[in-house]
Amino acid sequence: MNPGRDSRSVGLVTPQLARFEEPLLLACGRELSGYELVYETYGELNASRSNAVLVCHALSGHHHAAGYHSEADKKPGWWDECIGPGKPIDTNRFFVVSLNNLGGCHGSTGPRSINPATGRPWGPGFPPLRARDWVHSQARLADRLGIDCWAAVIGGSLGGMQAMRWALEYPGRVRHCVVIAAAMKLSAQNLAFNEVARQAILSDPNFAEGHYLERETTPAQGLALARMVGHITYLSDDAMANKFGRDLRTGTLDRGSESDVEFQVQSYLRYQGSQFSESFDANTYILMTRALDYFDLAREYDHDPVAAFRHSRCSFLVISFSTDWRFSPARSREIVDALIAADKPVTYTEIKADEGHDAFLMPIPRYLDVFRAYMKRVGDDH
Amino acid sequence: MRLDLAHIQRWIEPGSRVLDLGCGDGEFLELLREQRQVRGTGLEIDEHKITTAISRGLNIVEQDMDRGLGNFPDRSFDTVVMAHALQAVHYPDRVLEEMLRIGRQCIVTFPNFGHWRCRVHLGTRGRMPVSKFMPYHWYDTPNIHFCTVKDFEALCTDKGIRILARDVVGSPAREPLLAGAWPNLFATTAIYHITR
Repeated sequence: MNPGRDSRSVGLVTPQLARFEEPLLLACGRELSGYELVYETYGELNASRSNAVLVCHALSGHHHAAGYHSEADKKPGWWDECIGPGKPIDTNRFFVVSLNNLGGCHGSTGPRSINPATGRPWGPGFPPLRARDWVHSQARLADRLGIDCWAAVIGGSLGGMQAMRWALEYPGRVRHCVVIAAAMKLSAQNLAFNEVARQAILSDPNFAEGHYLERETTPAQGLALARMVGHITYLSDDAMANKFGRDLRTGTLDRGSESDVEFQVQSYLRYQGSQFSESFDANTYILMTRALDYFDLAREYDHDPVAAFRHSRCSFLVISFSTDWRFSPARSREIVDALIAADKPVTYTEIKADEGHDAFLMPIPRYLDVFRAYMKRVGDDH
Repeated sequence: MRLDLAHIQRWIEPGSRVLDLGCGDGEFLELLREQRQVRGTGLEIDEHKITTAISRGLNIVEQDMDRGLGNFPDRSFDTVVMAHALQAVHYPDRVLEEMLRIGRQCIVTFPNFGHWRCRVHLGTRGRMPVSKFMPYHWYDTPNIHFCTVKDFEALCTDKGIRILARDVVGSPAREPLLAGAWPNLFATTAIYHITR
């Protein structure tokens, strides 16, 4: 795709860096003396600064949500299906801010950054983070950009959890909260999958207890395995059946032959794993999965989600996908029911989709229609 | 605007909370928002109607009434409306009970199967009525629990439901007096304002 020729793309974008010198007190009790956030923006901030939308990324996401970094770029940002002129998050109407979370590995301060106290990479010593830490760091970015109140804070999966946390931490700074394929807390099964992923990394000898940067190794095997496990849970049984079935990539199962057999799904998963291990940081993966595990929307509200949501002052859109078993529709309905009981305005749809959890990144017609219809309301509502 | 919806409006207090069960494309909630400044929520299961209703800026929850309304707390709405959906749910009596639990007052409208045309159709042709208002065949109709004005009032008596007001829409238009006098024969649509 040539970015210059696609009228539905935000085109070429350049990441920006914001440096914050004021210390950030973290949920764990430690303090980050200063930090940097890398972010991109799409569209124009209007004169009344009322059209800003914050996009929160999921576990392995980053700031590059839409458009292209260069003419040679083959792939656009991770949510290009939803962000652009005429798309659900319409950049003709909205000023979109997308950043890499603190603790990330795409340019924001994280385990790969240099710890100013030691002069060496933070590595495993980077403070553990919670969703609320991200929200607080993002609020400072909003201050920097002159945004008092977001027209909407939007996120899928872990990003949806951040969006909800925004609604509770800064009720006066969010007009609409869009929560896609998320949950108020992970189930035991979800915790279990994350633990398998972490163990895959921790048990890779090249992980070196997190000090792989200084040893100039990389726990590629462990990271790839972690991604493979994760990836299975992001797809549905049907999606995998449709995409790969039992097709063979190499070899044969015919009688009388003893060739090595590889199923298509094996090769696909290995490819996904190895791609990921080249682009992602193992300590960040551990940090992000822990933040996901520790998230519990109502923990500090006496474990009562209704009491928690009473603090919000925004309207909510909640979307789930029928075959998502990692963040199932039942988890989304819990959010909706708590909002109803808290007497908060909420719109909910369950989109029929074969793609499992990954559906939130896919151009599913009804999903885009609902998203667009709601964002029209967000745009009209200021 | 459907006639039954125009009738209902005057029973809704300005600024109140309204839950519309089977809200369709949100036409009625939008009218209530504009004319009565209500805070409304709609329940619907039709995908296209949901999208239209959302684009009207309404709060819509995709939820099947037949799978319960237990997620709505007692007395959480001032008025619960169900327009032309009673005959399409699996357990109309249970839905009515739930409506009366959730709302202080409820408004129900349904097509009157006791209308003389239905009776004539069934009486003379011996076939289930198919008309402009009931365009389905018996085998493909979503309307699985037709009732008459008398049937509904009998259910209200059995369940201890108080009828605050009854209104009717007659057809053709020259029959409003007849529909008022003999609703079970001349009302095409029955409209009830009920409470407990």
